[in-house]
This record gives sequence, C-alpha cells and structure tokens, in this order.
Amino acid sequence: MTEIPEHLLKRAQEAKAKAAAKAGPDAAAGADGGGDSGKIPAHLLARSQAARSAAAGGGGEATGSEAAGGGVATAERPGGAVATMPAAGAQAPPLATGPEGHTQRLLTVVKAGSIQDVKARPVDKVHTWPHLLVVEFVAALACTAFLLVFSAFVNAPLLSLANFNLTPNPSKAPWYFLGLQELLTMFHPMVAGVTIPGMGIFALILAPYSDKNPSPRPEDRKFAIMLFTTFLMFWAVLVIIGSFFRGPGFNFTFPWNDGVFFDL
Amino acid sequence: MAKAVQGEREGFSEKLSKRMEAVQASQAWNSIFRPGSIFRKGYTDSPRNRSYVIMNSVLYHLHPVKVKRHAVKVSYTLCLGGLSFFLFILLTVTGIFLMFFYRPTAAQAWTDIYSLHTSVTFGLLVRNMHRWGAHLMVLSVFLHMARVFYHGAYKPPREFNWVIGVILLTLTLLLSFTGYLLPWDQLALWAVTVGTNMMGYTPVFGDQVRFVLLGGVEIGTDTLLRWYVLHVLMLPFVLVLFLAVHFWRVRKDGGISGPL
Repeated sequence: MTEIPEHLLKRAQEAKAKAAAKAGPDAAAGADGGGDSGKIPAHLLARSQAARSAAAGGGGEATGSEAAGGGVATAERPGGAVATMPAAGAQAPPLATGPEGHTQRLLTVVKAGSIQDVKARPVDKVHTWPHLLVVEFVAALACTAFLLVFSAFVNAPLLSLANFNLTPNPSKAPWYFLGLQELLTMFHPMVAGVTIPGMGIFALILAPYSDKNPSPRPEDRKFAIMLFTTFLMFWAVLVIIGSFFRGPGFNFTFPWNDGVFFDL
Repeated sequence: MAKAVQGEREGFSEKLSKRMEAVQASQAWNSIFRPGSIFRKGYTDSPRNRSYVIMNSVLYHLHPVKVKRHAVKVSYTLCLGGLSFFLFILLTVTGIFLMFFYRPTAAQAWTDIYSLHTSVTFGLLVRNMHRWGAHLMVLSVFLHMARVFYHGAYKPPREFNWVIGVILLTLTLLLSFTGYLLPWDQLALWAVTVGTNMMGYTPVFGDQVRFVLLGGVEIGTDTLLRWYVLHVLMLPFVLVLFLAVHFWRVRKDGGISGPL
C-alpha cells in the first residue's frame, strides 16, 4: 500500500477540524428548529411532507411499475432526499428506503440491446501532412508546368476586330456549347437551346435523389453507369461533331477533306 | 590557418542560431505564429508535429489532420477536384494581371489585347495561360463530375454536395462564356451572338432574358461592360461562396467517399 505523504495528512486533518467547527452551530440550530435546517424554504418542506405521505399511500403502485421495468420508476419522493439530508445525522428513520429496506434508488431500467454501439470503428487513416499535401502540391506544380509550357508554344487566338457587318462562316459557339449548337440543326431553337440543356441540368440535380440504390460498387449499379455513360457520350459526340465535322454554313464536312473550322 | 577559418565559421553559425532564437522568442514572432506552430519550435518528424502542421495553420479550414488512407491515392480522385480549384486560383491570378491592361469598351478592348501581346512583358504568355487554363478548368470540372458519378459518391449523405457541384459546373461554364466575349474579336462577337440567340428562345421571357444579358437589344459596348463585371467580379464571388459550402460539406459528410 502506498503511503500518504505527511503534509497531505496534515492538511486533511485541518480541513476535518474546520468542517466540524462549522457544522457544530448548524447542528445546534437544526435541533432548535425541529430537526430541519433553516436553509430550506418552508413551501418546499411542505411539499416534501405532502409527497412523503402520498408515497406512503401509493407505495404499492410505484413498486409495481418498478418490477415491470418501466422507463423511469422512482419510488422515492422527489425532493425527499434533499429535505432529509441535513437532518440525516440527527434522526435516523428509514425515510429513503425502498420496498425491502434498500437505500438506493432505481433511476431507470435499460433493456439489453437498446444501448447504441457508439464506439467508432477504426478507420485506416494517414496524416494529411505529408501524405495528402505532398500529392496536392505535386499535382499543382505539374498542372502549372503543363500550362506554362503549353502557353509558351501555343498562342491564344485573337482574330480581327469585331465587325457586325462581317459574319464569319461558319459562326461557332465556344466548344462546350457546340453540342447545343449541333442540336440546333435538328430541333426548334427553344428545344435545343433551352429545353434540352435545362432538362439536362435538372436531371443531374435529381440524380442523387432518384438513384435509390445504396451500393457504390460498380457491379451493383450497371444501369446507373450505363445511363450516365450514355449521357456523357451523347454530349461528347455532339461536341466533337460540332467542333470538327461542321464547315461553312454549319454543313457536315470531313476535317481530312476540307480542314478544321474550329477556334478555341 | 584552416582551423582559424573553421573557428570563425562556427562563431558565425552560433551567432546566427542565437539571433534566430531571439527572433523566435520575440513578441512579434509569437503573435504571428500560433502556439504549437512549427515555425515557433522547429519541425522534427513526429506524429505530433504532423498533426500540428495542419492544426496550427490556415490549412485546417480545408483539411482535417488525418484522412482516410484510400483518399490519398491519386488513382481514386485523379486530383480532379483539387486541380479544378487550383486552376480557379491560377485563373484569378492571371486574370488580375490582365485587368491591369484591359478596358471593357468596344473602342478599346481589342486594341488593349493587341498591345498586351506586343508591348507588355509576358503579356501574351499570361493571356495564353488564362485562356488555356479556362478551357482546362471546364474540362477538369466536367471530368470531376464524371469521376464522382462513377464512384457513386453522390449517394447519401452526399446528395446535396452533388447539387452544389452541378451549380459549380454551371457557374464555371458561365464564367468561361462571359470571358469569351472580352477580347472583342470576330471569334468573341459571333460565338456570343450564337450563344445569346439561343438563350433568347427561353419561353415567355425570351426577349427580356436576352435584353438583360446584352444590356440592350444587340451586342455592343454595354454588353461588354456587363459581361466584364460578371466575369471579373460577380460570378467569381458567387463561385467562391458555393466553393466554400462545397468544401465544408466534403468534410462534414465524412471526407471523400469510398473505398468502393
């Protein structure tokens, strides 16, 4: 057994003596005031008295619910413990005792299985620094280097000054809208320019809410993958046709015959 | 002789390290770097210091201290989301450079770009980077979306972050499209004419939509100013807001998805 240091023992002794000196007059006052401490308001005392008598009358019911294992079965009177605490030293009656003389209270009964397993499952994790930050840094550097070198060799187009009286043939939208321009050759402008792209964006937004399949594994979601790949390919093919296979008058051409009519 | 030089050198390095210690003990230094920062007490590789690198820097807003092991694999994300963000930063930097030399009026825009090519140091290079970077960003955002779909990463609890992603894709396209007009050359004018004509077919409000977009009944100097403000100020601002929510949700939804 470990020894308690002397200075701690001394301090404890002093504290005990101090507490005893303080409790002395209090206990005397309590005895004068009829067993209860004067610190507790009169209305609370009255309430606890009433509760005590009520509990004495309906004790059977309370124990019944306890035995059945209901949620919170408190056979004890609320406030009773508080009220009797200061007087506990003076009068010993078994105020806080249960059906068979137990001095503890049953707060609640928790059924087996109702307890959630909150212990987090261990996940295989690594430190962000250096493992992730290094990858990000290298990717950013590579991207910058690529862009810098590409920009050093390939110039961005700057055609002649804008001229309202000279319509280039063909006139093409930016490449990411060339799919729409391609649709324009087949549908009414409202359908091609507004309805179809609008529906496309709407479908994308709805995707996570319409796909009820919880599995992320490719083998479990062949239909979703098929649908999305079709969607991507639809736009990719339209953009490629619009970019490289459309010549003057936006007519169909082969780039190897007539050249490319495309500026980025 | 050689010994004397060595001694002198030691004296110098000692002085240097003493000076460094004095700097690191100063109030100014300690007010800049948080307690636990590697700049306060140096970095030696330990799990504790690896955590401190993130915890005591602004990076903590973006990354947690630890991430899932599979999330670090380049073959899973292909870095597409991060590269999209990086390209956005690169475009902001190069774009700010270009703003110094550009006036958005029909009379001056094209000439400004032309003299940017011919008489501004690195002007052509920076403009090239801005333009190719913009195309690359459209591509990388698009591929990022495809990557996320094929990993099923839009499934609960990440549905809403996918929706934000779709908004970000739309904003990226709009940013690129508004930038397309600014050089005010034949390519810009007629590409935008084709694009805005299409938007004019919006049911019911078609003409109004077109009027608002063009700042008039046809493309002109007002359109240029309007698209310039959209391109350099409004759309980037909105994009940054959605970007913040996007990154925040990535962490709140438990980091990136997977493993499959």
